[in-house]
Amino acid sequence: MTIASSSPPSRLPLRGAEGAGTEQRTGRAKARENGGDGRLAAVFIAPALLGFTVFLLWPTLRGIYLSFTRFNLLTPAEWVGLDNYIRMVHDPIFWDSLKVTVEYVVINIGVQTVAALAIAVLLQRLTQSAVLRGIVLTPYLMSNVVAGVVWLWILDTQLGIGNQIIGALGFDHIPFLADENWAIPTIALINVWRHVGYTALLLFAGLMAIPNDMYEAARVDGASEWRMFWRITLPLLRPVLAVVLIMTVIGSFQVFDTVAVTTMGGPANATNVLQYYIYGAAFGRFQFGYASAMSVALLVVLSAITFLQYRLTRAGQSDLG
Amino acid sequence: MAAVATTTTVRPTRRRPSLGRIAAWTAMAAILLITLLPFYWILRTALSTNTALATHPGDPLPVDLTAGGFERALGLQSAKEAIAQGGAGGGLKFWRYLLNSVIVSTLITVCQIFFSAMAAYAFARLRWRGRDKVFGLFLAGLMVPAIFTLLPNFVLIKQLHLVDTLLGIALPTMFMTPFAVFFLRQFFMNVPLEVEEAALLDGAGKVRIFFRVLLPMASTPILTLGVLTYITSWNDYFWPLMVSYSDSSRVLTVALAIFRAQTPQTGYDWSGLMAATLIAALPMLVLFGFFARRIVSTISFTGIK
Repeated sequence: MTIASSSPPSRLPLRGAEGAGTEQRTGRAKARENGGDGRLAAVFIAPALLGFTVFLLWPTLRGIYLSFTRFNLLTPAEWVGLDNYIRMVHDPIFWDSLKVTVEYVVINIGVQTVAALAIAVLLQRLTQSAVLRGIVLTPYLMSNVVAGVVWLWILDTQLGIGNQIIGALGFDHIPFLADENWAIPTIALINVWRHVGYTALLLFAGLMAIPNDMYEAARVDGASEWRMFWRITLPLLRPVLAVVLIMTVIGSFQVFDTVAVTTMGGPANATNVLQYYIYGAAFGRFQFGYASAMSVALLVVLSAITFLQYRLTRAGQSDLG
Repeated sequence: MAAVATTTTVRPTRRRPSLGRIAAWTAMAAILLITLLPFYWILRTALSTNTALATHPGDPLPVDLTAGGFERALGLQSAKEAIAQGGAGGGLKFWRYLLNSVIVSTLITVCQIFFSAMAAYAFARLRWRGRDKVFGLFLAGLMVPAIFTLLPNFVLIKQLHLVDTLLGIALPTMFMTPFAVFFLRQFFMNVPLEVEEAALLDGAGKVRIFFRVLLPMASTPILTLGVLTYITSWNDYFWPLMVSYSDSSRVLTVALAIFRAQTPQTGYDWSGLMAATLIAALPMLVLFGFFARRIVSTISFTGIK
């Protein structure tokens, strides 16, 4: 233990030992001149830096490398240049799954953002009850797998309570997860159910930063809640909303779990989202190189979207004070 | 945080009930209903038999009350009994999966938060060469979507011969996440320097200050971060699905998905599935129940993510 040997006095409570105390302080001042707490910092940072290098930095570089190889896990990776990327560009299933993924993200993020904003504003303007905030968060405690299975049951074409209600209202039962056109919107909404509360609380945190005087002043001027929302809440929430949007879009693009337990990519590839296709390529067909190339494509798409959103929404700037 | 809370309670919310307000409360009630009804439906289904579910799909109460679903989910029924009641008959060792989930989530949460807190302290309060550069690197790590590193990490775990072990599942997130480091650094930066200087004058070393002064001060954000990390690792599906092949390392999410895939082709074992769902979700509901108030207010006032 380098810490113990380099500064033994500092580990003892030195009350009453005046001399030792001053000596130690000058020692520390000297250490500071020599570039600070280098050795101690090395010990403190070591585990995290190890984890960062081995499980984040190295895999990122390796993922990019693997995308230029043919690799099936059993034999060493073989460099094939741009082959995987050329194949990707000519792979209709890849483009189809990209399209399906974008469709999912648009519905998921569109509905979720509006709903979360509505919930956050209702929580802010109606009641500040912590109990309600807790309830809104409960679906987030479920795993995607649990949420998927539960809604698979609720939306079951024959027996699901959702379709029972639809039937009782006099409409035809809807095969939510078994129909090519319904499947993606349905999965998008299932994930809205799970994530909207958490998103709402993040937005609520942003709303708490808006000074209450602004609402008071607007009310004195006779402004309606509706007008206050458009003139005060929305403009002042913009930076928070932008950051939350970037985060949720990145998360949304990585949809996998819900598809895996509800539709398994079907019917007829209608829900074959990109991550599901990548998983199939890697673990179904052992094409790790091709799967890595598609992962790189996803990474590029996500980076581009993040950059664009950051620019368009001026996420880094606040209008408050 | 306390300051924010007190100022907000002053806000006068008592106003004449207007049409808009009634509409707003109705909307709120509808939201709560959509949020909570699925939970009731899980319980109602889990306590019904499959045959009764087929004949009374719309009954609001459990039909033909039974614990059979739970028995199947917990693997307490013989294969014959299970098949007779509409189950798959394949044994599920739910206690094993529960234990695996607990081990993995605990390992990840405890180690990740502790190591991240140490790193956060080094970034926030220690002086060393290259500090800002290394921190910049960590920040860049925030931008890499988790999913991108999964394939290469799987290859790595395989090379380390840790496939199908609990350690293999836990390892990649055991040391840090850029977010945890970033979030805790932010908190340590906001602790007034005087606190630390007072301890220094008392003769405490920096190690002691970290353990005795800063960590206790950070107990609320650490608790919130800890519970959220626990929930995230408990709910993780994709990574354990890649790494675990057999019962020895199977966690609840993966087991539940297998249970769902095993369900008979002729008709789903909804009763057993919902019971399994409830068992998988219950620990998190209980955990959250214990700390809900503190977590909700921490998220609400810091926007943790």
